[in-house]
Amino acid sequence: MPAPNAAPDATTDDGRTVLDARDIGRALTRISHEILERNKGASDLVLLGIPSRGVPLAERIAERIASVEGYDVPVGSLDVTMYRDDLRMKPARALLPTQIPSGGIDGRTVVLVDDVLFSGRTIRAALDALNDIGRPKAVRLAVLVDRGHRELPIRADFVGKNLPTSLVERVRVRLQGVDDVDAVTILGSTEGEGA
Amino acid sequence: MKRHLLSAADLSRDDAELVLKTAEELRSLADRPIKKLPALRGRTVVNLFFEDSTRTRISFEAAAKRLSADVINFAAKGSSLSKGESLKDTALTLEAMGADAVVVRHSASGAPHRLANSGWVRSSVVNAGDGTHEHPTQALLDAFTMWRHLGSLDGRRVAIVGDVLHSRVARSNALLLRTLGAEVTLVSPPTLLPVGIEGWPVETSYDLDAVLPKADVVMMLRVQRERMHGGFFPTAREYSRRYGLDGRRMATLQDHTIVMHPGPMVRGMEITADVADSDRSVIVEQVTNGVAVRMAVLYLLLGGSQPAVSTEGLPE
Repeated sequence: MPAPNAAPDATTDDGRTVLDARDIGRALTRISHEILERNKGASDLVLLGIPSRGVPLAERIAERIASVEGYDVPVGSLDVTMYRDDLRMKPARALLPTQIPSGGIDGRTVVLVDDVLFSGRTIRAALDALNDIGRPKAVRLAVLVDRGHRELPIRADFVGKNLPTSLVERVRVRLQGVDDVDAVTILGSTEGEGA
Repeated sequence: MKRHLLSAADLSRDDAELVLKTAEELRSLADRPIKKLPALRGRTVVNLFFEDSTRTRISFEAAAKRLSADVINFAAKGSSLSKGESLKDTALTLEAMGADAVVVRHSASGAPHRLANSGWVRSSVVNAGDGTHEHPTQALLDAFTMWRHLGSLDGRRVAIVGDVLHSRVARSNALLLRTLGAEVTLVSPPTLLPVGIEGWPVETSYDLDAVLPKADVVMMLRVQRERMHGGFFPTAREYSRRYGLDGRRMATLQDHTIVMHPGPMVRGMEITADVADSDRSVIVEQVTNGVAVRMAVLYLLLGGSQPAVSTEGLPE
């Protein structure tokens, strides 16, 4: 869920770091192996990152799969802006890139990749968006952080770290490529106030 | 962005770039099996065309339908408009039907402005061409086409050639291209330059051959004979010889220069068939881009609770 963790200017207050660059690296390596194990290999896989930070995560997972299996998994991005259920509640938003690999998604196993799983609404939008693009054999979900507080019956298949949070806290994911460092931090109250 | 798109001058540089970037994302929709996005589901777009137009109306209709909006076409012929209904009463009818956006074309300059600012309707008004005044979505699709071929328009030289006097395309392009940093030169016979051209942010020339070798873009305009009530040039043949783009003139262009035309074109008058069908010509692509740009405009005006806020680094 990008909305709650996209802190506008947290440069002064970096919060509590829960995953550093090495932790993120290890989590992605494990996720990559789990994807391969579950899929029994890399064939027919397509990784789709949800912009903005799902995209570098999908690329990193693809690199790890390539080094293990020697097979380049197609990687793309899937913007869900127009499918969001809160589209009408905010000013019109800029679109982010959607890049579907040339082989398409029909009959393949699509792994959606996002940074934080929160309410589940982004993933619901992503499932709708996929529906307009093709018919995958199966759709799986990989997230770097699962912070709980689901509002829809949606769960992740591959999780980097389960991070129990309160609703007043914000989880901020920074990744090289989009940001200058690799880090997952929690900002705001560490007590469960108001939640 | 403002609530209405009446003039290319309504767009700040950030607004214009947001439209171009959004259009770039929407253009890929044309390659998908399902050419539909849900963004404007339940919104109503009325195409209110007081003046004949095929390509602009179809382009707006395709754009609105691909965004899942309901489209109502309201053409002057065969409607209450031909029975003498006023613009105000038409507007009140549209308001009563619950239109979210009105795309209006009118032969009178300023009609969309009147519609937007009179308080008759609450919907967004998009100018689809008013008289000899403006046609902002045409300028946006032209800028989008240039941007795709040339990258940034900063410092690019654009020659707009022909009947500037009757051209709303020329005015909107001059304003928007200036906003985007391009240098515009209008090339036209003295009789076809409008009064007050000194106030436009452009250079002017009567000599096409002198302008062509420096241009990055050559945009030919149609001679709008239906709006001409007088002798603006001696003969079509003489106009064609001095201001038409033919193979000989095309040979003097730089390698990367593109040739554009807003259509409908009159082959043999302002442009010869070999130029219109050459590799430099992006005239057909302009039509494709028109749908993407109009989708971007409708989405940014109607997609959210209010028109898009154009600031760089928008939070997702």
